[in-house]
Amino acid sequence: MSGARAARPAHAAWILAGLALVLVLAKPLLPAGLVRPPDWLVLPFAGWINAVFDFLRDDLGLIHVTRAFAGAVEAALDTTANLLYGRSRWPHLGPIPWVVVAATMAMAGYALRGWRLAALTGGTFVWIAVMGQWKWAMETLSVIAVATPVAVALGLALGIMGWRWPRFERLLNPVLNLAQSLPHFAYMIPVVVFVGVGPKSGAIVTIIFSVPPMIRMTMLGLRRVAPEIIEAGQMAGANRWQVMTRVRLPAARTEILIGVNQVIMQSLAMVVLASFIGMPGLGQKLLQLLQALKIGLSFEIGITIVLLAVALDRLSKAWALHQPAHAEAGAGRIARHRLLLVWLGLVLAGFLLARAVPYFHVVERSQALSIAGPIDAVMDMLLGVVRPLTDGLRWFLITRVLIPLRDAILWLPFVGVLLALAALGWRIGGARSALVCLGFILPIALSGWWDRAMITVYTVGTAVALALLIGLPLGIWAAGRETRAKAVLLACDTFQTFPSFIYLIPVVMLFGVNDVAVVAAVVVFAAVPLVRYTVEGLRNVPPETVEAAEMSGATRRQLLWSVRLPLALPTLMVGLNQSVMFALFMVIIAAFIGTQDLGQEMQRALSATDVGKGLVLGLAVAFMGLMVDHLLMRWSAARRAVLQG
Amino acid sequence: MKHTALLLASAAALSVTASLAQAADSPDPIVIPTHNWSSQIVMSHIVGRMFEELGDSVEYVSSDSQTVYESIRLGDVALEVEVWEGAFGAAFNAALAKGGLHDAATHEAVTREDWWYPLWTKEACPGLPDWKALNDCAATFATAETGDKGRFLGGPVDWLKHDAEKVDALGMNFTVVNAGSAAALWAELAAAEKSKTPIVLFNWTPNFAEAVWPGEFVEFPKWEEGCDKDPAVGPIPDKVYDCGNPANGYLKIAAWDGMKEKWPAAYAALAKVTFTNAQIAEMAKLVDVDGMEPEDAAEAWMESNETVWKPWLQ
Repeated sequence: MSGARAARPAHAAWILAGLALVLVLAKPLLPAGLVRPPDWLVLPFAGWINAVFDFLRDDLGLIHVTRAFAGAVEAALDTTANLLYGRSRWPHLGPIPWVVVAATMAMAGYALRGWRLAALTGGTFVWIAVMGQWKWAMETLSVIAVATPVAVALGLALGIMGWRWPRFERLLNPVLNLAQSLPHFAYMIPVVVFVGVGPKSGAIVTIIFSVPPMIRMTMLGLRRVAPEIIEAGQMAGANRWQVMTRVRLPAARTEILIGVNQVIMQSLAMVVLASFIGMPGLGQKLLQLLQALKIGLSFEIGITIVLLAVALDRLSKAWALHQPAHAEAGAGRIARHRLLLVWLGLVLAGFLLARAVPYFHVVERSQALSIAGPIDAVMDMLLGVVRPLTDGLRWFLITRVLIPLRDAILWLPFVGVLLALAALGWRIGGARSALVCLGFILPIALSGWWDRAMITVYTVGTAVALALLIGLPLGIWAAGRETRAKAVLLACDTFQTFPSFIYLIPVVMLFGVNDVAVVAAVVVFAAVPLVRYTVEGLRNVPPETVEAAEMSGATRRQLLWSVRLPLALPTLMVGLNQSVMFALFMVIIAAFIGTQDLGQEMQRALSATDVGKGLVLGLAVAFMGLMVDHLLMRWSAARRAVLQG
Repeated sequence: MKHTALLLASAAALSVTASLAQAADSPDPIVIPTHNWSSQIVMSHIVGRMFEELGDSVEYVSSDSQTVYESIRLGDVALEVEVWEGAFGAAFNAALAKGGLHDAATHEAVTREDWWYPLWTKEACPGLPDWKALNDCAATFATAETGDKGRFLGGPVDWLKHDAEKVDALGMNFTVVNAGSAAALWAELAAAEKSKTPIVLFNWTPNFAEAVWPGEFVEFPKWEEGCDKDPAVGPIPDKVYDCGNPANGYLKIAAWDGMKEKWPAAYAALAKVTFTNAQIAEMAKLVDVDGMEPEDAAEAWMESNETVWKPWLQ
């Protein structure tokens, strides 16, 4: 029985694949309607979405709701803006001197972990100040300081609702999947329509972007709470509200705080992109500097963003792992609040110092240090060394690889592609997966953006393939020794948080405005998760298994190819999946180099604030990502089951 | 007689309200939008400082250069100091038609946006700036992806330039490749400079690039009104876009309609503001070449050019 079952899907998959092959080979004979979707089949999705949005905004008056919400956000932003960088708004107290902020961050690091974290967090803020970036960084943080708490509260509320009502969760999950694979620009257009541009729109788009992981972590945390703990709470006479606030949420503390950590990281990832719709600060300045081709100075800002991300990441993770301390009964008040008193003393000293020496209040730009000169020199030198090598490479890639590949993909009849994907789906996950694949890919064909979508597929496909060629060996090499692994993982963190816009410039200088530059920029980003998960996957292979293989006389080569890699394969697949996701995000940003794919149209939609078009394009990208996700995860799950079974 | 008295009285009343209004600029901050290129930021700060001299309070917000006209119309921001005919004419006119903002002043500076090359290109193609000479050396600009055709590096597609139509209309042996951002244009230009590779790309003036890379615009058949709509206009009888872009586009200042009543003194000064190409290039240079912050550049420019802006406050 089971044998017959296993054989049938494979059969169907081969039949579908064969059909696809026939269609492709017979392309010259096919009617035009099978090569590209005929006009009558192309549905005006964008028009429908715009009609819905117009109805929501004008007839339903949703705009008043969003504007009111935006007003509240703006009031909060005014307060943080005054405190952090002295914008003339209520409460007219700021700006807080930088020494005070730096001392506060260092104290937070010390209290949560110890000296090393204190040096990192305090040092980050000292770097920002002495590099003369204080005002920009505070403009950024004044938005993040408002967006993060709102995102956390919203995520907590939705997460609790999702945990409470399974039906709501069933609704929520696909929305979250979609939201997490939608390119950033697609969110931004509706925000511009409903809220306008400016810091408040920056805050709102950051909230929307950072809330999904919070919802997921809240649901996960609440589900993991042991029933005994709840029972204990109920026995102590707690009512439902008390059980939630005093028992369930504190018990899910670690997961929830990891959610908070994710919210902060997502907010920082949004810093540069949100400045397209008016978020002030580091992102704005970065784009302005890149516009004038000031690579060194924009690198400085990139370093600041990485430092901020690392410092806030470590700080919030330390908070997640930090168990609340309970002072011994009978300890004196002073002993109990020692750290608080030290902090108050430091704050007071900081204020006095700032009053005495203006440098410690605000570092003027003219007093700032800069490492832009050396960075520019190093960059110049690197470009000078590498450029002669890239000329040949560029010619080869363009004429021998990229253009033929692109022409081939554009040549394929769309029905052939649909059938081939269905066949792939069937092979991996049976009829259901075949339908899922069709469900994702068919709307793209019907949207009328087929050619552009295929160019995106070609760019992402090439980039991920190249990233595999680079990332896999690098990951295997790094996993060989613990110190190497640590160094490479740190490099991965840095590359991932470094603002992607800065990569675009050197890449253009090396390759010029063409597909090689686009693919190169995407490769940098797509290789990061591949390296990371290869290292993690290989490191987590059980040592007993490796030992057993060694004892039975396996050579190092056999060990790698026959034992460690197969065991790490499911994790590698997660890496590949992430790599495709990253590539899809980056290919949209690479539109700023110059592409002819969905990203270029997305850029047009953003500058024309065309909500419908932006969302259709965004969904097309998201559907591609979700399809790959479905296939890889199905395959990985099946594989894992085999390994464990 | 009665008539004259009435006229006189109303004239007196008018002058009284006018002088009263002169003194009574609203204490609310005048919000000035800034964009992502330096001359605009510096100029915004110069105008802002002038308002501060008059006793007004000023605030700057960063915003997108296309959507800003919608914000001016609604009074969210008060003015825009650089309205480029080529780049923002469409957005400005659309907002003008909807009402809420108006054309407050025109700079002496003229703007031009067209095909452009850095001077080293001329060595490889000595007939420049004539477009026919450019077309004759199309092969010099050929790259791997354009085959034997020359490559023209255009601006982002959302700038809505009609380079491909121009190539088609004039029968040029060129392919248009669109860069995705101004930064990509400069990056490629900077790279070309290192090896003195010939390059022809989209550029505009006034712009910081003039100070960094000396160069010239390609001379196409002269722009005539209607060249973009009427095939009969221009040298090729059956094609549109058979001409260059206007060589003397306007650069205007737009203001919110309510600004005149709310800040009359500031508005009166704004209406007198006019900068020349050289002055605007100087502002951009202070930031992009000398590396000053826009705020400091505004201050430095005002210090050395008091004779220019002081009279506008009178």
